[in-house]
Order: sequence, then C-alpha cells, then structure tokens
Amino acid sequence: MDLDPVLLARLQFAFTVSFHIIFPAFTIGLSAYIATLEGLWIWTGTDRYHLIARFWTKIFAVSFAMGVVSGIVLSYQFGTNWSRFSTTVGNVVGPLIGYEVLTAFFLEATFLGVMLFGWNRVPPWLHVLATVIVAVGTALSAFWILSANSWMQTPAGHEIKDGIAVPVDWLSVIFNPSFPYRFAHMLTAAYLTTSFVVLAVGARYLLAGRHTEEARTMLRMAVGFIAIVAPLQVLLGDQHGLNTAKHQPMKIAAIEGHWDGSEPGAFHIVAWPNMHAERNDFAISIPRAASLLITHDPNGLFPGLKSVPASDRPPVTLVFYAFRLMILIGFAMVGTGWVGAWLWHRGRLFSTAWFLRPAANVWWAGFVAVISGWIVTESGRQPWLAYGILRTADAVSPVPAGIVLTTLILFIVVYAIIFSMGIYYINRLIHTGPTGPSILPAEHGLPSRPLSGAEEAAREALGR
Amino acid sequence: MEWYLPVIWAALIGIAVGLYVILDGFDLGLGILFPAFPSDRHRDLMVNTVAPFWDGNETWLVLGGGGLLVAFPRAYAVLMPALYLPVILMLLALVFRGVAFEFRWVARTSKPWWDLAFWLGSTLAAFFQGVILGGLIQGITVAHGEFAGGPFDWATSFSVMCGLGVVAGYALLGATWLLIRTEGDLAERARELAKLLILAVLAFMAVVSLWTPIASQHIAQRWFSRPNILFLWPVPLITALIAWAGWRWLDTGREVLPFLAAIGLFLLGYLGLVISWFPYLVPPALTVWDTAAVPASQIFTLLGVVFMLPIILGYFGFVYWLFRGKVREGEGYH
Repeated sequence: MDLDPVLLARLQFAFTVSFHIIFPAFTIGLSAYIATLEGLWIWTGTDRYHLIARFWTKIFAVSFAMGVVSGIVLSYQFGTNWSRFSTTVGNVVGPLIGYEVLTAFFLEATFLGVMLFGWNRVPPWLHVLATVIVAVGTALSAFWILSANSWMQTPAGHEIKDGIAVPVDWLSVIFNPSFPYRFAHMLTAAYLTTSFVVLAVGARYLLAGRHTEEARTMLRMAVGFIAIVAPLQVLLGDQHGLNTAKHQPMKIAAIEGHWDGSEPGAFHIVAWPNMHAERNDFAISIPRAASLLITHDPNGLFPGLKSVPASDRPPVTLVFYAFRLMILIGFAMVGTGWVGAWLWHRGRLFSTAWFLRPAANVWWAGFVAVISGWIVTESGRQPWLAYGILRTADAVSPVPAGIVLTTLILFIVVYAIIFSMGIYYINRLIHTGPTGPSILPAEHGLPSRPLSGAEEAAREALGR
Repeated sequence: MEWYLPVIWAALIGIAVGLYVILDGFDLGLGILFPAFPSDRHRDLMVNTVAPFWDGNETWLVLGGGGLLVAFPRAYAVLMPALYLPVILMLLALVFRGVAFEFRWVARTSKPWWDLAFWLGSTLAAFFQGVILGGLIQGITVAHGEFAGGPFDWATSFSVMCGLGVVAGYALLGATWLLIRTEGDLAERARELAKLLILAVLAFMAVVSLWTPIASQHIAQRWFSRPNILFLWPVPLITALIAWAGWRWLDTGREVLPFLAAIGLFLLGYLGLVISWFPYLVPPALTVWDTAAVPASQIFTLLGVVFMLPIILGYFGFVYWLFRGKVREGEGYH
C-alpha cells in the first residue's frame, strides 16, 4: 500500500493539536474563573468562594499539566513534520512563537507554583495576584499563538524574497487582518467552554442534593455569564465571518456550500456537497439567506467555489458540517443562557429539573464547538498552509511516510494512556466535590511541588 | 550586523541549551538513578528534591527549540527531519516521565508501574538527547539546503555511545544534586554512586575526544593544527583536574562542590564541542550565517530576550531560593 506522507503528516498534526487545544480551551477560562472567585473571596470575605476556588484549582492543576506536556510536542512538530514551513515562513512566524515562550510560558509555569501551593506561604492578596498572573499568562499565550495562526490565514506586513517570507512591518504582522477577530472569538470561546463545565458540575450537585450552597453559586455565575456572553459570541462570530469573506472567500464558499458566484447564495440547512460534480447533490435551503448574512443584502453576490480551479478549493463537506455543528452549539448556548436567566428571574433556577437535567450533561458543549470551529478555519484554509504563500503539500518534511505512520501510532497510544488517566482523575475529583477545610492547617506541612495540587487532588479523588 | 547577529543568537541558544542540560540534567538524573534506590522512602524523597523545579527546568528546552526556529529557521528545518525519530522518541519519553511524576503519588497498586515509567521516561529522554548530540557531531547529509539523508542516519555506534554518555552524565548530576538536598543513608549511597559515575563520565569523554578527530578531518585540524593546539591543550588537562577535584570532594564529604564539579565537566565537554564545530550549526554543511533568519527577525526577538530574560532568571532564582535546604521525610503532602 502506498502511504501518502502529506496526509499522514496532516493526520498526525491534526491529532496532536486537537488533543492539545482541549486543555488550553479549558484552562484559559478556568484560571480566569478561579481568579474571579478569589477576588470575590477577598472582597466579600465569604468562605464559600474560597472553597469553590480551591476545588477548581485541583481540576486546573490536572488539566494544566496535560496542556503543558502536549504543548511541548507541538513546538517541535513544526520542524519534524513541516520543515519547509519553517524555511519559508519561519522568519515571520518564528518570532511570534518566541515571544509566546518569553512572555507567557515562563510566566505561567512559575506563578502556577504560587497559585497551587502558595495558600499557606503567601498572604491572600499575593495569592490572588499570582492567580491573576496565571490567567493573564494563559491569555497572553493565546494572543501570540493566535497571532501566528492568523498570519497563516491572512498574511500581512511581509514581502516575498526568493520564495521566502520576510518581515517588513512587525505591527502589521502581529495585528494582521483576521487576528483581532480570531483572538476575540477564541478567548470568548475558552471562557464559554469553562462556564459550561461549571454549569454542568453545579447542576449535577443540585440534582444529587450535594454541596448545595457551592452548586448554587456555580450555577448563578455560569448562567449569568452565559446569558450575556453567548449572544456576544454570536455577534463576534458574525464579524469574524465577514472578515473571512473579505480575506478568504473560498473558506466562506465552502462554509455555505456555494458553487456559483453569479447568483445570490442560499443558506443550506442540510446539503450534500459533491466536489466532483461541483454542486450540492441534495440540499434543504433558505433562498438568499447566505447572501443576506454575508453581504447584508438578499441580492448580494459573493464568490462561489467554481471561481477558482478545483485544486484551490478546500474540502467542502468537512468545512460545511463542522460549521453547522459549531453554530448549532452556539445558538443552543444562547438558549441555555436565556432560559437559565429567565428561571433565575422567576426564582426557579435551582429547582427546575427539566433545566438542570440537560444542563448537568452539557459539559462537552464548548469543547465540541471549539474543535469544530478550528476544523472550519484550518480545513477552510486548505490547500494553503500560509494563505497564498505556501501550500500544505509543499511544506511537508522530507521524511518517509512509514516513519510518520510509526510515530503517529506511538502518539495515539501514549496520549490515549495518559489522557484517559487524566480524565479519570478529573471525573473523580468532580465526584468528590468541594469538601474539606478551605485553608489547610499549617501543620499539614508546606506544599513543595508545583504540580502536587494535581496529586493532592487525585488522592482525594481516590478517597485516600 | 549581518555578521555578529547570528553569533549573538548562537550564543543565546547555546546558553539556553546549556541551562537546560544542567537543570533538567539533574532531575532526569534522579529518574535514571531510580533502580539504585529501590526503597519507596528514598524514591519519594528524591522526587521531592526536584518537585518545585522540574517543570520550569523543562521550559528551557522549549526556549532552545523555539530559539532555533526563531533565529536559525533553516537549521531547524534540516535538523528536525534529520533527527526525526530520536526527537519524537525523546518528546514521548518526556511526556511519560512528566505525568509519571504526578501519577506515581496517586496510584496505589500501580505505583511500581509509574516508577518504572518514571525511570524509563527519564533514561530514554536522556539517551535520545545524547543520540541527537551524536547524530549532530557525526554530521548531517545536506543537499540544496535540505536534509538529504535517510531516516536512520543517526543510528550509529557513535551516537549510541553518546547516548549512554549523556545518561551517565545526567546520573552524575543527579547523584551530586542529592548530596546537596538530602542526608543520611540516601546521601551516602548517592556519594558512592557519584564516584563510579565520575569514572564513567571521564571514560565516555575520553572516547568521544579520541573518536571524533579520528573520524573527522575537520575536527582533527581544528584541535591539532598550529597555532590552535597551543591554546587548546589545557582543555583536556582542566577536565582531568576537575574530575580529580570532584573525586577528592566526594571523599572529603563536601556537599555542594561535587555538584559544581559535575557542572564543570559538562561545561568543558560543551566547550569541546563548540571548539570542534563552531561556526557550523549543521555540521559539516551549514554555518550559523547560512541558516540565520533575516536581521529583522533576529533583532525583533532579541529585544524581547534582552528585556525578558533577566526577569525570567529573577523569578527562577527566587523559586530555587524559596525551596532551598535539605528535604526531610514527611515534608510535602506525601
């Protein structure tokens, strides 16, 4: 059997990066949530906030550790699997990643120690500060990584010399046209992802009649946040889409399953795009709705897939459905937030089983939406790796396919073992819930290890 | 600017890699030494001595790899495919070891398995780092600025020997680190091991020093031609002196000096490599100037380094200061 080295390298990267994004998507939001809780604790003096903060800190520790180990791998895969990417655009993308390490990676790693183990060693205000620094560090990390990714989508501030992209204006590179939209959209997505986990955990406790006070606080905070931010996210997504229509028209054409640019676009609720025949084999559509969304005019025209050669089109079916999954979850999030807020207003939020039961099971909503969104934007960029500069097929390393397949299998095996253990511990932690004294007595010994929060957490999870 | 910027960057990456080797060297070394300390009590203490640091220590590896991408993208693009398997196997070993660090505490019946994972992960990570080094020293096939060799070019008896040498070296760093941070029977055992390891490390350094000039015309010329030899003859002599001093300090019960001697051995070995190959970054084909990023990229990131590195070193030092002193039983949660 002939193995395709490009396909295998793509599969490998898709696997490692998808696994990685799960953890930052969660920890960016969770660190901000914990910082908020600690701030409320200091401000109001209510112990409940402290107890909830400590509970989530344990879960944060486990998630962060997995985010770190899966992230180190990625920083080397640019070279091992995509060496021609480094040669062609390394001059522009490299420094952005360098700044991420310098300004964010070291910051998070260091203050994580204070955040996890400083409870007894530093005064409360310093602990809050350390947690805020970790939260800012994770967001800063997202800033640089999304800047690098956005540059690959909408390159700017560079010129091509001898086939190599060299920087001309760093501000234009960093703040390239799609970056502000992508950064706002992803950061908001991370916060929403976390709030749905918090919502689910709170609802789970209320249904079981455990940790009722803490659960109510979690539910109130989650519902309040979702009700306001989920609609905001829809608006941000719309703006991001308009920006994409301007800079990456083929991505939008694939999202809409729009083949013929000479006619207004319909919004296809369901369709079966046929890349071979250059049409949709079947579709249930709202006429002119896509034109209305993208051009804000029912008769507006936007380019169709047929306006470029077949070799320049992204994989339509994947982009089409990943997009629909994302917006389906997005609108369900808005609905959840508004229904929850209405119940809260009526004083029935904590007793309405028909709301709590589904809410207790939607912890995955944000993760699925985030991964779908990334599939839309990354697959929608194909066949380009750096839009208009470098094709994916031209970026791959000169490494034989069999070797790439071998390491792909190794990655799958190792990650499966490690991540299933991690998820298992997190689930046990949630099962145990926020218990115990909110501050450990000093004679308990001083914590001495940055990641032993994970361990303490896991111990409790195992009921030791 | 075109001339000295790549040299500054080579020095910076050299410092990051050097810091990584010393810092992660001693905590990987503890994992390598696990079989020599079969008791659970000893193992818990050993892991506690590096617990607050290991995560930060490993970040220097990211800076080293990231720095290579930033400053020398063409070298990064040649080295990573050339050393594809050892790099990925090293990363997987580090992933395993990183989680084993945490999971060995929470596991009940499966703790021996996580201890095994910790030992294997540490040892394989060290071994493959040595193999990567060996693969680099022996030279990489390059054509038209790209890697043009086979996927197993790195797998030679020389690189395997370098791998074993790094395992021994990290174990020496780990054993001497234990003299600083522990006491009693654990420290005594580490002291005995450190003596054996000094001999092993010297032997590996001697073999590499003889092997490379015989195998490479370039390295022989660099060391033995006039006037170079007039300046370079003290290097092996100082190495031998430091090894002898380290041995003496182990004998006389010193606690900090043997660790410094181990670091000294590493730095001299490192210096030897730099003498052998500078200014080649991908020997024998590409120099730091051939592979450098454009000045605009190097300057932009250099500004960040100049500003951030003192701050990073500041909080790094703070954490080491915070967790100074002997680690005693029952400290921490365990």
